[in-house]
Amino acid sequence: MTVAQQPEALSFECETGNYHTFCPISCVAWLYQKIEDSFFLVIGTKTCGYFLQNAMGVMIFAEPRYAMAELEEGDISAQLNDYEELKRLCLQIKRDRNPSVIVWIGTCTTEIIKTDLEGLAPKLESEIGIPIVVARANGLDYAFTQGEDTVLAAMANRCPDKAPVAETETDKNERNAIQKLLNFGKKKEDVAQEESEYVDHPPLVLFGSLPDPVVTQLTLELKKHGVKVSGWLPAKRFTELPVIEEGYYVAGVNPFLSRTATTLMRRRKCKLIGAPFPIGPDGTRAWIEKICSVFGITPKGLDEREAQIWESLEDYVKLIRGKSVFFMGDNLLEISQARFLIRCGMIVQEIGIPYMDKRYQAAELAFLEKTCQEMGAPIPKIVEKPDNYNQLQRIYELKPDLVITGMAHANPLEARGINTKWSVEFTFAQIHGFTNARDILELVTRPLRRNNNLKDLGWDKLVREEAKI
Amino acid sequence: MKLAYWMYAGPAHIGTLRIASSFKNVHAIMHAPLGDDYFNVMRSMLSRERDFTPVTTSVVDRNVLARGSQEKVVDNITRKDAEEHPDLIVLTPTCTSSILQEDLHNFVERAQLEAKGDVMLADVNHYRYNELQAADRTLDQIVQYYIEKARKRGELVEGKTEKPSVNIIGTSTLGFHNNHDCTELKRLMADLGIEVNTLIPEGASVSDLKKMPKAWFNLVPYRELGLTTARYLEEQFGTPYIDITPMGVVETARCIRKIQQVINAQGAEVDYEDFINEQTLHVSQAAWFSRSIDCQNLTGKKAVVFGDNTHAAAITKILAREMGIHVVWAGTYCKYDADWFREQVSEYCDEVLISEDHGEIGDAIARVEPSAIFGTQMERHVGKRLDIPCGVIAAPIHVQNFPIGYKPFMGYEGTNQITDLIYNSFTLGMEDHLLEIFGGHDTKEVITKGISADSDLNWTKDGQAELNKIPGFVRGKVKRNTEKFARDRGFKEINAEVLYAAKEAVGA
Repeated sequence: MTVAQQPEALSFECETGNYHTFCPISCVAWLYQKIEDSFFLVIGTKTCGYFLQNAMGVMIFAEPRYAMAELEEGDISAQLNDYEELKRLCLQIKRDRNPSVIVWIGTCTTEIIKTDLEGLAPKLESEIGIPIVVARANGLDYAFTQGEDTVLAAMANRCPDKAPVAETETDKNERNAIQKLLNFGKKKEDVAQEESEYVDHPPLVLFGSLPDPVVTQLTLELKKHGVKVSGWLPAKRFTELPVIEEGYYVAGVNPFLSRTATTLMRRRKCKLIGAPFPIGPDGTRAWIEKICSVFGITPKGLDEREAQIWESLEDYVKLIRGKSVFFMGDNLLEISQARFLIRCGMIVQEIGIPYMDKRYQAAELAFLEKTCQEMGAPIPKIVEKPDNYNQLQRIYELKPDLVITGMAHANPLEARGINTKWSVEFTFAQIHGFTNARDILELVTRPLRRNNNLKDLGWDKLVREEAKI
Repeated sequence: MKLAYWMYAGPAHIGTLRIASSFKNVHAIMHAPLGDDYFNVMRSMLSRERDFTPVTTSVVDRNVLARGSQEKVVDNITRKDAEEHPDLIVLTPTCTSSILQEDLHNFVERAQLEAKGDVMLADVNHYRYNELQAADRTLDQIVQYYIEKARKRGELVEGKTEKPSVNIIGTSTLGFHNNHDCTELKRLMADLGIEVNTLIPEGASVSDLKKMPKAWFNLVPYRELGLTTARYLEEQFGTPYIDITPMGVVETARCIRKIQQVINAQGAEVDYEDFINEQTLHVSQAAWFSRSIDCQNLTGKKAVVFGDNTHAAAITKILAREMGIHVVWAGTYCKYDADWFREQVSEYCDEVLISEDHGEIGDAIARVEPSAIFGTQMERHVGKRLDIPCGVIAAPIHVQNFPIGYKPFMGYEGTNQITDLIYNSFTLGMEDHLLEIFGGHDTKEVITKGISADSDLNWTKDGQAELNKIPGFVRGKVKRNTEKFARDRGFKEINAEVLYAAKEAVGA
């Protein structure tokens, strides 16, 4: 197939939706760690519990701030009263852990038996005195990382809508424990001086849960250009959720946050900055440029910064240049990752993705197309709701150098001589910003580096019959 | 509703999937929402399967909720039938389909009209059975299905095999050390001159099932899986079954003597006493170990045991009867079969504990302060917290409990493995204890495992001393916060005062 035969524009397909992914309730795994004063209560069955228990591995033993409200037969047949049952469990949680917020995760079961979680929560909230946030992160509607989207969309409604009036700059900072720590004993002039480092622009709030080091990195990256991040949804603590007033600007850091974006726009009247996502040095640069352009700022030294990062990546890029990659699709990071890998010189054969929001991801999609053109790479086909069985047939045919896939397929593919990278690792690794570009490539090249070491041993195909799935 | 952080036995459909994917060329289709196919990940990761797990999902989504599955399930079954030609497709209900109450029977019947392979609906109710019960039921269901089918077609072979033979029932995928046990049992049968007629479900083909009546007897090594099948075969064909788990020297001998009795009753003339004697005294090292000085030192040491019925009961008996260890309590999470457990272990321990609540188990361990724990991965972590060594003897288990090396728990080699496991747990505990008495190997204190934010700050001796008083699990955080505080203020050194000033400033 020659490049000329490739379609000019991106093509979208939709398959059967028979694919493997994590249940969206898995978002509690990283969100309970991110939001330090939260408690996540997953209202579901043994099936949900079994998944969490096994998917979270060792985290489960570290006294996690999450639990199952395990539904029993009496709950299903409504012999037990939902409200009374939830009240009993939430009081127990309050007594044992005293969280600042309890997040109820609705599951498939609560959907089917139509438990009115949104209705029960405000009543119970006023009775027990702890905010209760409801997120319906179920497998009927969502895949994997979309779980975070449902939680953040619910949290967006809890952000204070006004900074308390008649407040001085220092008072405002006092509310924030971290700020308080940083400013303790500092003179007021220092704070004022710090403020002057920023360009005067409307407040910007970023959304998406990232590990704290990455939050700091991205915040500082924007600070270099005089852009001030007024807040971050979610913050380290529920009590520190950012103020969101009408007219604030918001920008997403992850591709799976469409509901959160919609909520911020429609319910909170914010202006969404549609940018590619800060994944890879190219993405990070485009993200910063877009934000700066909205505020009428000319970014300084971005060229050099990006070039410098690319230079430091060269030893890894060398390994993958000209190699092909196939995304089976399970976590919605696929478009951004594919775009970055094409920029690295890889050929992307297929981008499987659970769900494609063409509006929220518009800038990223355009950037993907542009990247393909600039690199002279074939424009990959985007397959929404993929069918894993069909994908395997295509993989056998295309023989990609690397398949990015879930753990259900990874070992069987390796046994058939196909290099794989476990996709879930990208969700938990630090992959955002300039600083972490190397981590993405560390993951992507790992199977290639490992298998390079083994290549002369003749151990490629380790199954007896040929590729029968 | 109940508040739960951890469960010992999984949901029912896991049991069904374990049986289905143990058989060769059997495919399971779950009627479940997206993400419920986590079984595939577990099988692929834990037992490092090279082949694709033969489980797919007929996805229940919003549309299904609104209109019912309609053609979807039937289409998925016939599609899989055409793609992979399995001998059998097992439609597996989940908690979700239990509530939807769709007529899955009807789907199976309709799919059967088109499918070349057999199609069956697993008869398990999510809210009534757990993983283990469901596995036992599903195995029985599949065996009955193929026996009945053969009977109808007149393919059922009459009469027994010429030589004494056995069906080994119950080794399955994701079972604790099942593959090693299976090898060891086959070896044992070969040593006893007994042919293995069938071995189900692991590695068996459904076409083997009609041969099952030819065996002289059935051996059910695990209490949790296979008994229902063995009882069915006894009722149908009068095949006797043996449900003595050959785990530990005494129990292995008891199992072999029972085999001798059962096959002699059918005309074999065997005497296994010499074999048992030779194995016990010279092949297995466990009997000799019991007499050795090492084991003498374990006399009267306190241990607790928790696990599934099979393993917890066997290990309790080994500890108490074969090694003279004091088992303070023994427990099981198989609540549904608690009477059996009590009957098995009551004379070997002070107290019997039946519970599915890991908190209760943890408390019971803390209360007793044993020298060693024998339990599941959960008890291993309790042990870590309390500084008590733990040997893992039962599921739930992690990837390290699927060793590549040969580590059976059953038969004579199994007795050697168990001896190592038990002895190593106790000596580790002793070493630890001695280190504590003599103040440890090192005099250098490690402050934190975390990476400090920066190293430009000096901690004075008293600052360091204060920091060391802070409990280990928050020490790293306090260190970082203090350094951040000091850096903000431009302090070059951190002494105790600075540490506490920082603490006050953060309000921590």
